[in-house]
Amino acid sequence: MGEMILEIRHLGKSFGSHEVLRDIDFTVAKGDVTSIIGASGSGKSTLLRCVNLLETPTSGEILYHGKNVADRGVNAPAYRSHVGMVFQSFNLFSNMTVLKNCMVGQMKVLKKSQEEARASALKYLDDVGMGPYINAKPRQLSGGQKQRVAIARALAMDPEVLLFDEPTSALDPEMVGEVLAVMQSLAQAGMTMLVVTHEMAFARDVSSHVVYMNQGVICEEGAPSEVFGNPQKQETKDFLSRFRSV
Amino acid sequence: MDWSRFPQLAEDIAGLWAKYGVVNYLSGMGRTLTLAVVATLIGCAIGLACGILQTIPHVKTDPPAKRFFLAVIRVVLRIYIEVFRGTPMILQAVFIFYGLPYFTNNTVRFDSIWTVSILVVSINTGAYMAESVRGGILSIDPGQTEGAKAIGMTHFQTMMSVILPQALRNIMPQIGNNFIINIKDTSVMFIIGFTDFFAAHKAVAGATFTYFPSATIEMAGYLTMTLIASFLLRWMEKRMDGSDSYELVQTDSLTMTAGTYNHPAKGSNYDEHSKEYHTKQKRAGRNLRKHRQNDGEER
Repeated sequence: MGEMILEIRHLGKSFGSHEVLRDIDFTVAKGDVTSIIGASGSGKSTLLRCVNLLETPTSGEILYHGKNVADRGVNAPAYRSHVGMVFQSFNLFSNMTVLKNCMVGQMKVLKKSQEEARASALKYLDDVGMGPYINAKPRQLSGGQKQRVAIARALAMDPEVLLFDEPTSALDPEMVGEVLAVMQSLAQAGMTMLVVTHEMAFARDVSSHVVYMNQGVICEEGAPSEVFGNPQKQETKDFLSRFRSV
Repeated sequence: MDWSRFPQLAEDIAGLWAKYGVVNYLSGMGRTLTLAVVATLIGCAIGLACGILQTIPHVKTDPPAKRFFLAVIRVVLRIYIEVFRGTPMILQAVFIFYGLPYFTNNTVRFDSIWTVSILVVSINTGAYMAESVRGGILSIDPGQTEGAKAIGMTHFQTMMSVILPQALRNIMPQIGNNFIINIKDTSVMFIIGFTDFFAAHKAVAGATFTYFPSATIEMAGYLTMTLIASFLLRWMEKRMDGSDSYELVQTDSLTMTAGTYNHPAKGSNYDEHSKEYHTKQKRAGRNLRKHRQNDGEER
């Protein structure tokens, strides 16, 4: 196993009296592709948002290379620049072109020069097949295209780990494939990824580790072949039985 | 209605314009517009600053010093906005112009009526704009902020690069409102002796007793200024929206479509060890030669 990037320790999150996450423990090593699966409302997205500090955990620790980033006084923007995030609703900057979307973070956060930022933005946009669309505004693109730009934007920051929050859930069925293809090739290229998904085929075939969440706790985790092939818990069996076709 | 009055009115106006047109009316219009433009711009800057300060995110887990500091900022801004939005501009002008010397035994006072006028109209506009900007910022989808945060931007960077450009576009109609209101309402600065377009009317009407013809000139003048302002603002909005179409960049013949790149077995698109690279290179070379031949034949 490679070097540990993230270690989540006893993470908990409550919204008021409503406890969304309870005692979550798992680790992400370099090169891991971890899929988090589970029913809607099981806390998958909240967990991912906690990992990126978009939500503040109520308890527990998030160790990034051994340093707890859930602590008060941690420079959250600096941490987030190492941890890319791809959202369900894309969240592309609507006032910028595709190219600018991929350049702005490099220039403002990484302080790269315009030429450097442009070159690397073009490279990643080419990688996701969006090279021809650099002059388009997000509103002029289809959902699948937007999500591919969002992936390029995250990659352009050269992150150590990339978080995906249901990246294909807002897409029309015919566009899901193009986004999954990009994610699959990223995984093959060795990118460390943490993916919240409803795409069971992706979780089974692409990821190296699967986490099944149920009602705010990790119910079962392991290699895809174990979780999908031989689930131990009744809840996991029930959940997976709804995806019989997989 | 006595229609025969119209030729009379035209004659009166022509007479007034010939005598006072440039010296009083046009120079008054110039001063009115200058004050309105400058004060609206400064007011926008004040409003933007207030908008950014008011929307600094704060959570219960912040350190007490930061929370206290932010609370003080919000209270001060609230007072500024409520006081300047809630009192007449004409009285604010009096307060600042006469109040300062009154309390400081004439040691602190403004010698330039321009300075006071710009100051008063600016902070007044700023108070209104602060609320418009706040509304503009609130109108932007929170996803935009999250997208910016996720790539490591700070609050200030997020505001300057992502939120404010969009908020500014959304509040352009409000900025337009404020600009047009300023064109008209700067006339209250006569109370401290600012000789704008409306002051020209009072001077001329006082000297010639031609109240109605002079007022007609004023009406037409103000309407002309505000119509031009409306037109310019619409044009600016259109420019901010940008083009509805976009140019596809000429596709590089070596670039493959999504899903087939970066395959470890094949190498990347730009990898000369890749088979696809060579076939594409050859094809590109063949096409080039073919084009050259065609060109030769045509010549």
